[in-house]
Amino acid sequence: MKDEAVIDVRGLRTQFGDHVVHENLDLKVRKGEVLGIVGGSGTGKSVLLRTIVGLNRPAAGRIEVLGEEPSMLNEEERQALEQRWGILFQDGALFSALTVAENVQVAYREHLKMPGDMMDELAALKVRLVGLPIEAASKYPSELSGGMRKRAGLARALALDPEILFLDEPTAGLDPIGAAAFDRLLKELQQALGLTVFLVTHDLDTLYATCDRIAVLADKRVILAGTMEDMMASDHPWITEYFKGPRGRAAGRAQGKPG
Amino acid sequence: MSQTPSFKTEETGSGFMFSASGDWTVRQAAALGAALDELSAARIRGAQVTFDLKNVSRLDTAGAWLLDRTAERFLAQGLTPRFEGLRGEFQTLFDTVQANRGTCPDTLHDMRPFAVQLTARVGDALLATGAEVHGIVGYFGIFLQALWRAVKSPRRLRLVPLVHHMEKAGFDALPIVCLITFLIGAVIAQQGAEQLKRFGADVYTVNLVAIIFLREVGILLTAIIVAGRSGSAFAAEIGSMKMREEIDAMRTLGLDPVEMLIVPRVLALVLTLPLLTFIADIMGLLGGAVTVWMLLDTTPGVFLVRLQEAAGFWTFGVGLLKAPFMAIVIALIGCHCGMKVTGSAESVGQQTTQSVVKSIFMVIILDALFAMFFTAVGI
Repeated sequence: MKDEAVIDVRGLRTQFGDHVVHENLDLKVRKGEVLGIVGGSGTGKSVLLRTIVGLNRPAAGRIEVLGEEPSMLNEEERQALEQRWGILFQDGALFSALTVAENVQVAYREHLKMPGDMMDELAALKVRLVGLPIEAASKYPSELSGGMRKRAGLARALALDPEILFLDEPTAGLDPIGAAAFDRLLKELQQALGLTVFLVTHDLDTLYATCDRIAVLADKRVILAGTMEDMMASDHPWITEYFKGPRGRAAGRAQGKPG
Repeated sequence: MSQTPSFKTEETGSGFMFSASGDWTVRQAAALGAALDELSAARIRGAQVTFDLKNVSRLDTAGAWLLDRTAERFLAQGLTPRFEGLRGEFQTLFDTVQANRGTCPDTLHDMRPFAVQLTARVGDALLATGAEVHGIVGYFGIFLQALWRAVKSPRRLRLVPLVHHMEKAGFDALPIVCLITFLIGAVIAQQGAEQLKRFGADVYTVNLVAIIFLREVGILLTAIIVAGRSGSAFAAEIGSMKMREEIDAMRTLGLDPVEMLIVPRVLALVLTLPLLTFIADIMGLLGGAVTVWMLLDTTPGVFLVRLQEAAGFWTFGVGLLKAPFMAIVIALIGCHCGMKVTGSAESVGQQTTQSVVKSIFMVIILDALFAMFFTAVGI
């Protein structure tokens, strides 16, 4: 059960025109783990996320999510599969014409026939679950701060109680206190709801605080996937610089881990 | 793989037993909720209710919320709820849900009587119009100030953006302006000839086309096309710059957004709208000339002679004189709407639409005022 792969990517190639982003990329995400994806700018971390959830079409390779291949499914099956994951985009990507509560309720309205008061209460539950004050539920995204928008985006991603949560740089642009709070929230939710989390990040503190395993993207593929100890043991120059550089050491010390 | 959720109740000595089974997830929440509503409405007597969850295969926040809500309702009826068979991971989920329940604050439903709401809306609209006029007049003043500064030190006049906007708003608008005015000129001539023929006065078709086009239609059509093409573009360009904080960035770098963005746009329209109107007049007359040639066999030579008799300099001048004023109104409304954009992308769209609606409206109002003015001064 523990080793069951909920996301299985094999031999993936993605390219835009002549520009190859990934070549022969393999990646496994196990059930119930938090996997952090790191890599330099432009190594295609976000592209990988978008490809797995089907927003980009891979040029070659196989992607299996929750035991199914998204590209092989018909429209109806795809929708059913899409409802089993939630995505938090970089700036929340909330629908600006809807309030936070209505943003959360979009999935209920579209996919489930649910009475209004139930939607209201479930939306309120999700809003509080992500640590927003209940007053935020009736606000519009433009009235929220960046950190609150991210939390609201997370509430929307959690609307249908997904099995997998995709996060694209959830702590980018947050202040250190806000980012640490987000890390804690993420870990708590992941444990309470039993989520599998696919986390694209630049934030070393987030990696230390939340991730069970880390996958490093470089040279168009995953060069190493493993625990923080594996990262420390590696002698790949980029990994060494990333994790043993001044910032990496500081983040490691803050978490009381090797560094 | 998924199991339909269900529950059954049975009486025990001290109360009753509530046994749940299957997947208690958000997908089934609506049906479960309805069934649970019925159950809690049934007013069960007893002292204690035991929730047996050992047969629940899956539980998510919605399921936990439903169970918690039901327990709460029983509590309100005087029964003590108790949970049994709660597995470890369910317990965590339960605690999390319990800690975070709440109700959405009402999204402001207006509860006032209809008459009050109506009056309030009329009042709001009136105030908004007042503020709008105030704002645009204010912008006109700011524009004049910036223009005066540019006159004093011509270095401050941004020539490159001025020429750029003249090209985009003026030159690039030529094809559409020519096509539309030519067609409208032809249509006016055709309809006019049709009517005038009944009185045997079809030779006056030339007068009709000349006067109506030079005085009114040429400038009106051009102004409306430019309001739709360029007024909206101004609002959208400045609006998205405002949204991305580019305007704030300009201010912090000591650049004056009015000087950089608004003056070149207004000047560009003031310079190009009269030129466009001139070309529109020519094209409209051309359309009329072609039509009367085909319908009434009035040759171009005859058309020109009749044209000279029908239209004096001021017939033409009246139309052209209106152009710069309309240009100022269109450009200022476009820029003003752009500057009013706040945070969201939605607001850019809203203001762009608003700029077109307002500037076309103002163009027509101006035209009416000019008509009254020119009648009063007798030209």
